Amino acid sequence: MFRSVLVANRGEIALRVMRTARRMGMRTIAVHSEADAAAPHVRFADEAHLIGPPPALESYLKIDRIIAAAVKSGAEAIHPGYGFLSENAAFAQACAASGIVFVGPPVEAIRQMGNKSAAKALMDRAGVPVVPGYHGADQSDAVLALAAEHAGYPVLIKAAAGGGGKGMRRVDDPAAFDKELKAARREAMSAFGDDTMLVEKFVSRPRHIEIQVFADGHGDAVHLFERECSIQRRHQKVIEEAPAPSMTQELRARMGGAAVAAAKAIGYRGAGTVEFIVDGSQGMANADFFFMEMNTRLQVEHPVTEMITGTDLVEWQFRVASGEELPLTQDQLAITGHAIEARLYAENPAKKFFPQAGPLKRLRFPPESAHVRIDSGVEEGQDISIFYDPMIAKVIAWDTTRAGAARRLKTALEQTRLAGIASNLGFLAAIAGNDAFLAGDLHTGFIDEHAADLIPAATPVDRETLGAAVLSILSARTQPAADPWDERTAWRVNLPSREIFVLKDGDTERSVTVTHAPSLTLEIDGESLSAAFAQEGNGDLAVSLGGVRSSVHVFTEGDAITVLREGCAHSLELVQADAAGDDAADSASDIRAPLPGRVAQVLAERGKAVAKHAPLVILEAMKMEHILVAPAAGVVDEIRVAAGDQVAEGTVLVTFAARA
Amino acid sequence: MQPLATSIKTTSDTFRDNTAAMQSLVDDLRAKAAAISLGGDARSRERHVSRGKLLPRDRIDALLDPGSPFLELSQFAAHGLYEDTINAAGLITGIGRVSGTECVIVCNDATVKGGTYYPVTVKKHLRAQEIARENRLPCVYLVDSGGANLPRQDEVFPDRDHFGRIFYNQANLSADGIPQIAVVMGSCTAGGAYVPAMADESVIVRNQGTIFLGGPPLVKAATGEVVSAEELGGGDLHSRISGVTDHLAGNDAHALAMARRIVANLNRRKQVGLDLAAPEAPLYPAEDIYGIIPKEGRQSYDVREIIARLVDGSRFDEFKRFYGETLVCGFARLWGFPVGIVANNGILFSESALKGAHFIELCCQRRIPLVFLQNITGFMVGRKYEAGGIAKDGAKMVMAVANARVPKFTVIVGGSFGAGNYAMNGRAYGPRLLFTWPNARISVMGGEQAATVLATVKRDGMEARGESWPADEEEAFKAPIRAQYDEQGHPYYASARLWDDGIIDPADTRRVLGLSISASLNAPIPETRFGVFRM
Repeated sequence: MFRSVLVANRGEIALRVMRTARRMGMRTIAVHSEADAAAPHVRFADEAHLIGPPPALESYLKIDRIIAAAVKSGAEAIHPGYGFLSENAAFAQACAASGIVFVGPPVEAIRQMGNKSAAKALMDRAGVPVVPGYHGADQSDAVLALAAEHAGYPVLIKAAAGGGGKGMRRVDDPAAFDKELKAARREAMSAFGDDTMLVEKFVSRPRHIEIQVFADGHGDAVHLFERECSIQRRHQKVIEEAPAPSMTQELRARMGGAAVAAAKAIGYRGAGTVEFIVDGSQGMANADFFFMEMNTRLQVEHPVTEMITGTDLVEWQFRVASGEELPLTQDQLAITGHAIEARLYAENPAKKFFPQAGPLKRLRFPPESAHVRIDSGVEEGQDISIFYDPMIAKVIAWDTTRAGAARRLKTALEQTRLAGIASNLGFLAAIAGNDAFLAGDLHTGFIDEHAADLIPAATPVDRETLGAAVLSILSARTQPAADPWDERTAWRVNLPSREIFVLKDGDTERSVTVTHAPSLTLEIDGESLSAAFAQEGNGDLAVSLGGVRSSVHVFTEGDAITVLREGCAHSLELVQADAAGDDAADSASDIRAPLPGRVAQVLAERGKAVAKHAPLVILEAMKMEHILVAPAAGVVDEIRVAAGDQVAEGTVLVTFAARA
Repeated sequence: MQPLATSIKTTSDTFRDNTAAMQSLVDDLRAKAAAISLGGDARSRERHVSRGKLLPRDRIDALLDPGSPFLELSQFAAHGLYEDTINAAGLITGIGRVSGTECVIVCNDATVKGGTYYPVTVKKHLRAQEIARENRLPCVYLVDSGGANLPRQDEVFPDRDHFGRIFYNQANLSADGIPQIAVVMGSCTAGGAYVPAMADESVIVRNQGTIFLGGPPLVKAATGEVVSAEELGGGDLHSRISGVTDHLAGNDAHALAMARRIVANLNRRKQVGLDLAAPEAPLYPAEDIYGIIPKEGRQSYDVREIIARLVDGSRFDEFKRFYGETLVCGFARLWGFPVGIVANNGILFSESALKGAHFIELCCQRRIPLVFLQNITGFMVGRKYEAGGIAKDGAKMVMAVANARVPKFTVIVGGSFGAGNYAMNGRAYGPRLLFTWPNARISVMGGEQAATVLATVKRDGMEARGESWPADEEEAFKAPIRAQYDEQGHPYYASARLWDDGIIDPADTRRVLGLSISASLNAPIPETRFGVFRM
């Protein structure tokens, strides 16, 4: 076994790999960019090397710097994690050239699987089913139509050079083939300047199911069953689970066999994943599956496999890479229970999942257990950097049944406290609780199909959330008062102790009337609710409204209040009287000469709208140029002077109307 | 030290009866306060709000630190005093925290007769300034007033303690280093113009606040000039041209935010030179007081039961416990502040008065604030006591109270009659603040006593002339006297005339005293020099 390993990655995977390495007695060596100098993976490692500026191209993708760090630190092996250089044959080669073990497959396997269409052809030859279709050079109409006939309708006509759906046509009826082919060619020519077409069988409700394979250097290969990754958004996996719902023993055996055959066909070694498209429309018992591609590395979603098989795949990687045999044979591997993983991202579901960057002002996870695993590479207070993938963590839940795992995943997500940056936390929790999801009705179009349920429209926050926000303000006040004036219960002589809080919920202002005595009462939307609150040890706030008690987490920064309830973050803003803008005082006012002088230039134009501080007149006086500006945003009413005019102090030069 | 024990049976019939009686007084107090807090009638309030102005109490809420207390003063001023309902005398005053600093707030209510000054309005304004002076509290004036009430100009304008005194006070408070801040949120006409003009720093709301010596009608009458109020004395004019105001606000909320900034920039720090402790709640609930105070004012009870419900941990270090037992004196802490408590537990005898004078001397020497719990029918009378020199012993206590320069506070928890009022730090003796419970009675003597004294004088005269006075006629003579004393001795009558600083719910007493003591500590506690005690 290696005595030391350099992990050529960052974030959660770097940490995850180093944990296993350390457990196995290895010295751990991290590399990092300037942006990650204080990142958790750097602090965790026994040794860390700076490899360049923040952009990945100049750091985490810099082969020579990583090799240099490995040589300098005396690393015996390099683990590439996933992403970055993990499927880079040149990197694997550079490792070998420096006498360092690359924890991954042979260079040739990476190369072969790196070329997607060559890989398909290779697999086809090895007897692994691939999507039926035609990728040939003969582009005559008749050849393409015949290919469609062979593949079986419906088919997809795709531009070979294509992307983004351009030059792509789905054809259900053979009679329409010629017409659609022409249209696709036209589109492809105008978009890519190349009208070479492919024809493929179209799988209408495809499922993405992949097989985890492992091969050692002694000619043995096993599979560790399947993972279902059908819940995707733009080919980005969102939820992954193992085993696949309604998977049959028979299909699993067929797919597992095919995957092992694929690995053996290329002389594979180490961890790999064979991805298939499964057409489950006719039921899983007689489902067709087709090879898509093989990932020659550890997958992001490997934890679900680990949780149902009781293995540590990173440990397996190290063992195989150091020349050992596979730790278990196929017969020794079995599935126990069900695991589901959710990828928590800094992205805004309400704004087309736009990636977010910025500080993670609040990040707290529920405690890990036999049922809940959190793989996170960031911490509260750390920045989600614009330079890297905005993944925050993977939340993985395990239970004996799928229903149990889904329930535990939902709870774990709801107990995750994340604020300061938009995330898909609520979206993930919604999937975990979605009926179709629970029914196992999965396909790659799942998110689009259920978008309305998963991404709720921006609606006014409910009473409980509004109430919780107000109670959090009250709670923040309750240090024991050292002086009666420090008390914050709005006490009044012989009058109710009452306060009104106005909170901005999106564009609307909502008010909550708090009556402090004789007992705490909140009036929200005309309804009076008895209220109570208590700080909980974990930073949560127990709130009770109208006799219903629940736990929320409230993150406050200045006037911005984020209420986290059931996995959803609600943003509100406390409206303070002090926030009244100074602009309100800027009056509609005439522009007067502040001292006697000569008008050098009139910049104002009658009737023209101008911004605040826009220059209107330049006055020359006392050998200085004085620029007279608009006191507020508004409209120039009238111009009373011209350039060259001599004016007395106080002369109205321009009349001006401010506009709110 | 052992805390005070209580012998109250909260399950007894007497306790329940007493509680019910006090509860109805408190309910009435709160109901009346709620009506007073509305200010003017619905129409005036609507008109006020429709102009984009905040109601006066909303202005105060926005000025104060969010959620902080407001010790409103003289809430019942002018109550039942004039034919018109002049709620709170059209002027809200009180002590509240602005940007962490305790301030006196004086806020006109323009919904009440245009915020004009009735005689009691002037008295209330001057009292607020007096409180500011004694306790060195910055003043924030939220001005929105039509000035003196013209029909009553003879009661408002000419005398020493009339309208002019407001500006005299502003000048002298400013000279004393007590900041004067004005926020012009409405009219400031004629004399009223001097409130912002004499302020250290002033804010005006554009298109709303106006300041001028003579308004447009007067200008037109005097010179024929036709001018709008805004042109004559609006925010733009005063903030850009005349310089009468320093800050121009767009609206009420903006103006109040500016006032908060002004206070934040005062560079004041409260320096409390007392030995403070962490506050501790009393052992017994404040509401017990309702059941302790006898329904009938003439019944007696142990005042220590009240003290046990006011002071920290109900701990009370009693002084001279077995001497002059009708006056209870002792040291305690209230909201962590050290206090000396002087409380009546019966009629005052020579010994009680001597003990009281001694105790007040102790507190003055040690600079400990004094709290008087006043429930006194008077000093003992009769030949034995006069011969024993009760007059000179009573005088010693009155001397001590009058001279005491430590912050001293009075709560009238029962009767306040005769010279007992003086010895127990009555209004004339300069308590920093004086509050009354709703069950209290105040007059030179009790109604029955007064009727009897007057009837006795009359009968003596008649009998000297050989006439006789039938009992029913005597009763007919006495009834109106009793009725007059009852009416005039009522706390509403007293508070309407500012004989106190407010009527409070007995259950709020601890808090009110805590706020009062804390506010008073904005002024250093001076040395006391006593006059000549007649020995």
